Formats: sequence, C-alpha cells, structure tokens
Amino acid sequence: MASITIRDVRKSYAKMQVVHGVNLDIASGEFVVILGPSGCGKSTLLRMIAGLEEISGGTIAIDGKVVNTLEPRERGCAMVFQNYALYPHMSVAQNIGYSLKVAGVPVAERAQRIQAVARILELEHLLDRKPMALSGGQRQRVAMGRAMIREPKVFLFDEPLSNLDAKLRVQMRSEIRKLHRRLSATSVFVTHDQVEAMTLADRLVVMNGGRVEQVGTPAEVYSRPASRFVATFVGAPAMNMLEGEVTLDGLSLLGGSRKLNVSRAGLPVGSKIAVGIRPEAVRLVAPGTPGALDATVDLVEELGAGRVIYVDLDGAAFSVVTSETAHPAPGSAVGLQFSEADLHFFSSETGSRLDVFKASMPVPAL
Amino acid sequence: MEKRVTFSRWSIGILFAVPQLLLIFTFFYWPAGQAVYWSLTLQQPWGGGNIWVGLDNFRSILANADYWNSITASLVFAACSTGLAMVIALVLAALTDRQLAGSRLYRVVLIWPYGIAAPALAMAFRFILAPEAGFMAVVNQVWPGFWDPGLDGTDAMASIIAAFSWKYVGYNFIFFLAAFQAIPRSLIEAAAMDGSGVLRRFWDIQFPLITPTIFFLLVINITESFQDSFGIVDIMTAGGPANSTNLMVYKIYSDGFKGLDYSGAAAQSIILMLLIIVLTIFQFRFIERRVHYR
Repeated sequence: MASITIRDVRKSYAKMQVVHGVNLDIASGEFVVILGPSGCGKSTLLRMIAGLEEISGGTIAIDGKVVNTLEPRERGCAMVFQNYALYPHMSVAQNIGYSLKVAGVPVAERAQRIQAVARILELEHLLDRKPMALSGGQRQRVAMGRAMIREPKVFLFDEPLSNLDAKLRVQMRSEIRKLHRRLSATSVFVTHDQVEAMTLADRLVVMNGGRVEQVGTPAEVYSRPASRFVATFVGAPAMNMLEGEVTLDGLSLLGGSRKLNVSRAGLPVGSKIAVGIRPEAVRLVAPGTPGALDATVDLVEELGAGRVIYVDLDGAAFSVVTSETAHPAPGSAVGLQFSEADLHFFSSETGSRLDVFKASMPVPAL
Repeated sequence: MEKRVTFSRWSIGILFAVPQLLLIFTFFYWPAGQAVYWSLTLQQPWGGGNIWVGLDNFRSILANADYWNSITASLVFAACSTGLAMVIALVLAALTDRQLAGSRLYRVVLIWPYGIAAPALAMAFRFILAPEAGFMAVVNQVWPGFWDPGLDGTDAMASIIAAFSWKYVGYNFIFFLAAFQAIPRSLIEAAAMDGSGVLRRFWDIQFPLITPTIFFLLVINITESFQDSFGIVDIMTAGGPANSTNLMVYKIYSDGFKGLDYSGAAAQSIILMLLIIVLTIFQFRFIERRVHYR
C-alpha cells in the first residue's frame, strides 16, 4: 500500500520531448486509469514509475520517497505487460515464483505462496505447463499472478487486456476489479480503451500529447470534460462539436447558418468557440418542431440495444443515439432537440472548457 | 493448417529434387564412396593399379603413435578454439545487445574476418605472433624466451587457436547478437521488475532463451575446427614443431600428397569423417536435451 506523487515529470528522447511536465497524486489503495490515444506518453509515464525508463526531469515519489534513481526492483512495483512477457522456458509455477526465487525465499515457502496465488487465480491445474500451452486468458492470469505474489506496494498495468478477444476482455476486466477490491493495492492502469478506463477507474487521468488533460472520476470526466480533446475522446460515439463565433447578441454557429442567444460573458466579439453536445443528449423530434434544429438523416447504425443516427446539419456531421426501435430512414428530415444544460463550450484556440455561458444565464432555445 | 504444395504425380516431385540430389551425389557421396574404397586398398604412389588389403590401412594407422598424437592435438584444438570463439562472441554480443548504438557497424565489421581466406588470415597472424618482430616480441623483451611458436609446441598450438578463434568470433557474434535481439525486450523488463539484476537476468532469462543458437554454433564450430583449420596450420606452423600442431586434417594432406601414402590418407579421412559424425550425434543426443526451443 503506497501513495505515488508525480511532480513535473518530463521525458525526452534525444530532442523529442514526449512527456511535458506531468503532475499527479495517487492516493494509497486507489485505482487510477491513465487513458489516452497511442503515443500520448501514457505508457512512458507508467514505465517511468516502474523504473524502466529514465526520468528526464521532475520527481516521482512512492510513499514520500523519491525513486528517480532507484532500480526497478527497489521500488516495490509489480507490472503486468501488454504481451504478458511470460518467461517461455519456465513453467507457470516457475514464472509466478521467479521473483521469490531471486529474492532467495526458501523452496517450501515459495511453493506455498505459489499455491496460494494459483488458487486465487484458478491456475492450480496449470502450474506445470509452459506458457506456450496456455490460452490468452490463462497467460493473462499467470502474468497477474507473477505480479501478485510479490505483494507489491504498487501494481502497474500496461494495456494488459488489449491482446484478448472482446469477451475475455470483459471477463478479465471484472476479475481485475475484484482483485483490486480484495488486495486494495495502489494500481495504475494504462489503456487506450475508454470502456476499460471508465469501468475500472476510481479516478481517470486523460492524457494527450504528453500532457494531462483532465483528472477526475469517470463520471466527472464524462459529464464535465475539461477540454475539447477529452470531450471528443471520452464517450462513444464521440461528442458532437459545432464550430461557432461570438457575436454581439450571442453565438453564430456553423458559419452563421444557426444562432444561439447567449450572453457574451466578457468574451470579445469574434472569438472562435466550439459547442459540444453528447449524442446521447439529443432527442429526435418531428422536423419543424419549434426550438429544434432541422437536419437530414445520412446513415443509421444498428447496435442492437440502440441505434446511432448520423445526420447532416448544414454540412456538419452530427450523431444521435436513440434507444427507440422506430427510427427515421436515411434521407428523411428530422428535428434535433436538446436542453441547454447538456451543452459544453470550448475555446477553439486553446481547446479548454469555457464555463462562462452556463454560469451566467439560461440558454434560450436555439 | 499449414498449406503444402502437392504434386499430383510423384515423378514431378522427384524431377524438382534431381538437381540438388545430383549435386550432393557428385560432390559428397561419390568422393566419400571413393575414399572408402581407396582406404581398403593399397594404391601405387606412381599409379598402376591397386590391391585390396581390407582393413590393413586402418590397423597400421591406429597402431601409429603419431596418429594418436594428431587426434589429441585435433581435439585440444577443437575444444580450445570453439570455447574461445564462442565465449568471446557471447560476451561481445551480450554487451552490444545492452548498448545498441552503432550495432550496424559492428555487424558489418565483425563478419569480415569470416570472409577472409584462411591462408591470408594465417599470414597476418604469423606476423602478429612472430617472436622476433611482432606483438609478442614486446613480451619476449620482458621475459626472454617466453614466446616462440617455432620451437615450443604449446606456443604453436596457441597461435593457431588464436587465429582460428579470431576468424570465428565474428561469425558467432552475428548469430549471438541476432539471438539476443530476438528476445522480447519486455521479458528482460519483467525480470528486472521481478528483482533480477543484470547478471542474474543473463543466466536466468537470456542464456536459456539463446540455447538453440548456442547449440547450433557449437555444432558448426566444432565441425569447422576439424575441417577449416587446414589453411591456418599450413601457413602458420606446417604441423610443427615436432608434429605438435599436426591436426588430423593437415596430416591427411601431408601423408597423402607429400608422403604419397594415398591409401593411408584415405583411411585417415574416413576416420576423421566418422569422428565428426560421432561428435555431432553425441551433441544432438546429450546436449540438445538442454536446449529450450520456443
């Protein structure tokens, strides 16, 4: 059990800086998920915590002790790798027990602890097998066992589920969650899969381009994205974004074809902004309904439980999620209705969230 | 399932195999067969037929102390040069694998010695190891008489071992480096997370995973040290001093072509062939068991 404190951590390779000053506090026993697209620096950050990458700047402290110069083995972290990284020439039991063997734990105690871990992970009947003879899910469990047996202060997961098929991934996801509840060790989990991130995290860290975009509970990140990037990255289908400009009497959207009557709230006339609305927050109504936006249906995606309806709004793509079985046919006209409370505003220049509109006044109908 | 090309008629398959079979027959089975035949006969040195003598050639060779001396020298040479070439290459490759900057250059530079013809290489080493002028002259200056491959059999043996190892270090290095690089980085990292230090990681993870390569190189190096040593011995020591470096392959040449004992040389080459076959079988039977194939 340990807390992790990350202060202004940077990483550069030659001249390329890939992590730009990350600050993060992870409480003891917390399950933190770092979410971001490929190449955002999330794995690099995790590997810096593990000690597998050198830290170019800033400090990482585990339990208040700065670990920048410590070897991986001295940091008390265990890691589950994306490709499992099982030792192919060792049996499952040897794989799980390797860290104890290195630490010089006597054979009898080692065997006992391997048994205990194998029981938790339901690997008892596989202990003599080589990794080659295991299925993907079993290998995943061995990798977890190898991390668990050391009773580490910190668990690090580097996209451990991305090599599994969809069904197994859901199953392993809940197993990881259960395991965390049972061991309640501090865990840092890196993924690019937002469903994994939302379901596992106590707290979510969204990264982009080597920077932290937002830190918060999954619900916070979903309902109040701190930036345009977070808004479009978290949630599927992605949040709809309409480009607009601040005018004297409010906002002009989509190159002036639509108006939104809100107070400028101190923003200079002509500033570019983006208005976001989640596809789930839009209702489909009959075309011509007062206060609704008229659009044309482009495409309907059947998801079983619901449908994603892609519409064309004055040339801008816009999506709507509906659970109703009856849905308009492609090519037909529809009205889009939503409440002002569901709108998100972002600066087009910096991409950061603007709360001025919501705070200042109710938004009249579009 | 693996897809296999199949031929509707077996004769077509045979046709495809014929060029290769022909080559192997012409350049291996036929000469080997001839050698077996000659080894059982007594050839006239100046031509004019031969007489069947059965196993007499083998009996006289095996009764000769010189021949046993040659076998011993060959085994010592094989063991030392293989050991030296493999250990040096392994260490170099392990170090290179950890610090990869410029590894492309190493790869090119280190394969070159293997491309050098043995006599040329031997000539260079003869100069380098010359007791009066070469690199070892410095040592002789400090300890007079310490090094003289022209008089001391051990020194001569050390010289040809050094030359042969030098040639094979580069060859082995390429294979070792490729084997090290084929080990996924994450395995090493996982071992580091498991608390294993650099040396421990080498013995527990890297070494077992490159055993297929080690085994392959062991077989190749030993086989080559029996056969490829001829040029080096001929130029550097010509089997001397006092037969101390008269390796089996060199003795075949000198007995056959200098001593004109064709039948004895043929018998010796059969023995050498059998020895290599036995050694290779031994390696496959007893050492390969400890190899981990992934």
